[in-house]
Amino acid sequence: MNTVGLNPLHKQSQGVGLFIYKHCVTFLIATTCAISTLTGCTKKDSASLSSSEASSAQAPQAATEVIKIGEVGSMTGSEATFGNSTHQGIALAIQEINASGGVKGKKLELISIDDQGKPEEAATAVTKLISQDQVTAILGEVSSSRSLAMAPIAQNFKVPMISPSSTNPKVTEQGDYIFRVCFIDPFQGTVMAKFAQEQLKAKKVAILRDVRNDYSIGLASFFAETFKKGGGEIVIEQSYSAGDIDFKSQLTAIRSKNPEAIFVPGYYTEVGLIARQAKELGIQVPLLGGDGWDSPKLKEIGGDAMNQSYFSNHYSTEDQSPVVQNFISKFKETYHSTPDSLAAMGYDAARVIADAMKRTTGTTSKDLRDAIAATQNFEGVTGKITIDTLRNAVKSAVVLKVENGAYKYQTTIHP
Amino acid sequence: MIEFMQHLINGLSLGSIYALIALGYTMVFGILQLINFAHGDVYMLGAFTGMYTIRVFHLNDHPSFSSLMITLLAAMIGCATVGYAIERLAYRRLRKSPRINVLITAVGVSLFLEFSGQLIFGSDPKFFPQIYTPQLNFSAGELRLNPLQVIVFAISLILMGVLQFIIFRTRLGRAMRAVSFNHDLASLMGIPTDRVISYTFMLGSAMAGAAGVLVGIIYPKIDPLMGTLPGLKAFVAAVLGGVGNVTGAVIGALTLGLAEEFLVGYWTPTYRDALAFAILILILLFKPTGLFGVRRSEKV
Amino acid sequence: MYAETTDIQDQSVIQKTQKKSGIQTLGPWAVVLSLIWIAHFLSPALDPYYFSILIYAGINIVLAVSLNLVNGFTGQFSMGHAGFMSIGGYTAAFLTTTLQIHSPALLQDPILGRLIFFGALWMGGLVASLAGYLVGLPSLRLKGDYLAIVTLGFGEIIRVILLNIDAVGGARGMPNIPLLTDFGLVYSLVLLVTFVIWRLIRSAHGRAFLSVREDEIAAEAMGVNPTRAKVRAFVIGAFFAGVAGGLFAHNLRYLNPQTFDFNRSFEIIIMVVLGGMGSITGSIVAALFLTIIREALRPLQQITGLDLRMVIYSLMLITLMLTRPNGLFGTRELPDFLPKKLRSRLTGTSYTEEVKV
Repeated sequence: MNTVGLNPLHKQSQGVGLFIYKHCVTFLIATTCAISTLTGCTKKDSASLSSSEASSAQAPQAATEVIKIGEVGSMTGSEATFGNSTHQGIALAIQEINASGGVKGKKLELISIDDQGKPEEAATAVTKLISQDQVTAILGEVSSSRSLAMAPIAQNFKVPMISPSSTNPKVTEQGDYIFRVCFIDPFQGTVMAKFAQEQLKAKKVAILRDVRNDYSIGLASFFAETFKKGGGEIVIEQSYSAGDIDFKSQLTAIRSKNPEAIFVPGYYTEVGLIARQAKELGIQVPLLGGDGWDSPKLKEIGGDAMNQSYFSNHYSTEDQSPVVQNFISKFKETYHSTPDSLAAMGYDAARVIADAMKRTTGTTSKDLRDAIAATQNFEGVTGKITIDTLRNAVKSAVVLKVENGAYKYQTTIHP
Repeated sequence: MIEFMQHLINGLSLGSIYALIALGYTMVFGILQLINFAHGDVYMLGAFTGMYTIRVFHLNDHPSFSSLMITLLAAMIGCATVGYAIERLAYRRLRKSPRINVLITAVGVSLFLEFSGQLIFGSDPKFFPQIYTPQLNFSAGELRLNPLQVIVFAISLILMGVLQFIIFRTRLGRAMRAVSFNHDLASLMGIPTDRVISYTFMLGSAMAGAAGVLVGIIYPKIDPLMGTLPGLKAFVAAVLGGVGNVTGAVIGALTLGLAEEFLVGYWTPTYRDALAFAILILILLFKPTGLFGVRRSEKV
Repeated sequence: MYAETTDIQDQSVIQKTQKKSGIQTLGPWAVVLSLIWIAHFLSPALDPYYFSILIYAGINIVLAVSLNLVNGFTGQFSMGHAGFMSIGGYTAAFLTTTLQIHSPALLQDPILGRLIFFGALWMGGLVASLAGYLVGLPSLRLKGDYLAIVTLGFGEIIRVILLNIDAVGGARGMPNIPLLTDFGLVYSLVLLVTFVIWRLIRSAHGRAFLSVREDEIAAEAMGVNPTRAKVRAFVIGAFFAGVAGGLFAHNLRYLNPQTFDFNRSFEIIIMVVLGGMGSITGSIVAALFLTIIREALRPLQQITGLDLRMVIYSLMLITLMLTRPNGLFGTRELPDFLPKKLRSRLTGTSYTEEVKV
């Protein structure tokens, strides 16, 4: 009873203080948080510190026995053949270079990390390669979305990065340390458009693109642009999502418009099924595509339905030049299979880096970057590689025809 | 008109595949009130079992109806075993646990099957060999019908008929229905509930395995993640038809297949997968028991 | 006489309990804050690889704790958390990138730039919570299994929608996001989330959540509107997920809808389940543990050439459910492990009463 009588008094006299105490906690947390975050120390600062460490580490590293090159690829994941082929090409190149004495007397060491096809994994992988393994240069990635995740980090740490097959223009726009040894999508789209108009004499074409894949969307729009400029007509545009297995709906709609060819700029995973279902629906016109078709699986899944289709690619196995044939025979020896264009691109990318390393006079990463930028008419398997001012490679594309399980060379289209 | 008929055929064909998977879902849910998330992955395992059977016995060298039957049988037996294993190892112990634990375990099993599938088989797509190339022609002018589609539809209907027979004309079926009404009372009546539940799982998984092989035949690309989305859609089909109701599952699946096909054909393929979830929400909000389901009251 | 004695005794008891709730609750927070502040200034010296792991760990903690509010404390199994993370991330990134294009100077300015970043994060959280409201309203009327599938579906739908919005890049993704996340910010957010949810659970709203978890019908009978409580929890959880998404976006500097698929939701779910659904400490510990393990297992992956991590995670989930469904911590929090006297001094509860949540 007495406690009841006492309580209100205590509450009243200590009320305000209690209030301040209780809410002090909140205010204090808020202010300390605000202070600590307003005087923020970002990763950039830490980056600039470590990048100066890294560049000074370049010199002592050059004095050591090995030059480390990092590779990020998707060795697992749905586009595993892309990553594995590229890796095989790179590994073969490194092996060859080391066998012939290495670069300036030092051996090259390849450190590969699998990113499982995920952009954030690619970012973590490249961070690890640069900060932990202290690589001199980075090779990667095949897919533009993963290259886009990696590029800002490589640029930040001023480590040169060469993508073997990313074709999205935005990749090299990330910074002056980012290069590629392949052509870009605007060019590739034009290639097939020109081929369709000049060689197949097609006036009406349908497009079936993959909406989940930016490569596919980009190629489709560049193709449409060039085709229309040349006087052609895109009769219908349909889309699918990567992972779909049924395309009959879209193909039925396409069939009703009677196109003379269908442009399917997707990855081999879906194109094989699309070809089959097109044949089932009675569509006889040729299919056209891009370098995303290039995989041994395409012939497997597509089977006979793939015959009479064409796609643009980086190189052809029928090219009789000594560089190409040499590469093919060595690849067959080592891996017992015919190299696809991704392996060829990986091979070229690795050799371009080694060549640039041989040419550089200084020991800093900036010198290496400048040497790569100065690459002129390098004899690659995929053609003569010259790096232009936008750090892209100016090259020609070949058009291949699928016939009875083989890719037959049709023609070369120059930029 | 032709386009409409073509879409109709495509939709029915798609739906019959969903139906086979939905049957397993609905049976298991009817008995255990459990959504077996792993069911879609059993379907995937069926496809892979089929592929490896073909490779081992070189069945694709002589494409024939009997090769198809052998593959189907092998896949069904393999998946029945997997279904039994899942029930025994993962679900049996959790019969008395809160629902959320069982749900999480189901998700865990599903993901385990998917990821180990990726590990064992490789995550890139594989080619399902051609084991049956019927020289029939069901096409009528512009209307193209893949003979395999007809075969698949026919086999699905036959399997559904067999299931109906088992559930309504055999003792096992009666036992299954009894257990689904009241678990404890059924065991009091002398029904070996554990065994009945195992049989249910095995039957359902066998259906899913058959679906896997049939899909491999029509769409010869298979990969370890192929079961996720069809599994979810089959679940929606089961709910649409009324969970626990076998005919309902079939009707629901065919409806879903048709709806999907018409959505893609006449509007846009972008929201193809979203359609299933939209249907699920609508059905659960407006008619939770599904088209053919029975209202069950919840005891407090 | 008697009255006086009781007077003094009661006074001291009351004073003790009242003083405790003020200083004692402040103490541990102040300690943690100063630790963060110190670590904050040490971070430049840290290897960028470990630094990025810590940042990811912080973001994962926020995600796990916010999901715990929905899954653990309210008992609603949501499998679409990555969707809210993506919405928050995209909104925040969209705001900062547009600003960067139009007036980059504003972002460079040290004070204003930070404030703008806070604003962007806040907006990201708000939009995510709006999405949470829209998703929650129809879904939260459903029970257990159905809710799980519907939230899973919504996660997918959100991803497909983002894939089709060209303004945020669509399938190409959104590159060139300014690097604005830093250690102090991430861990201040961790602190904020922990504090907010800790206090929320111990408030009337929190009791409503818990009652919905335990027995929905009984809760309704006691006057709690279960749907409204569930939606409330959902919205708050979505808010923090959105802010975490914003931090994630400004750390990775590139956003792609593919990053926010079901696997991401699953990773957050397993953190919550491992830690214990209903324990904030558990979520923190599990998030830290799993983030670090992820990188620690990388050498294993490089040696074997296989990705065993996800297989291990799913096996872990199954074994957990079979053997120890309560996870590491169950519903207990860190103070529960301290000896009684210390616990009461820290949390301000007198050690005669056991407050079990």
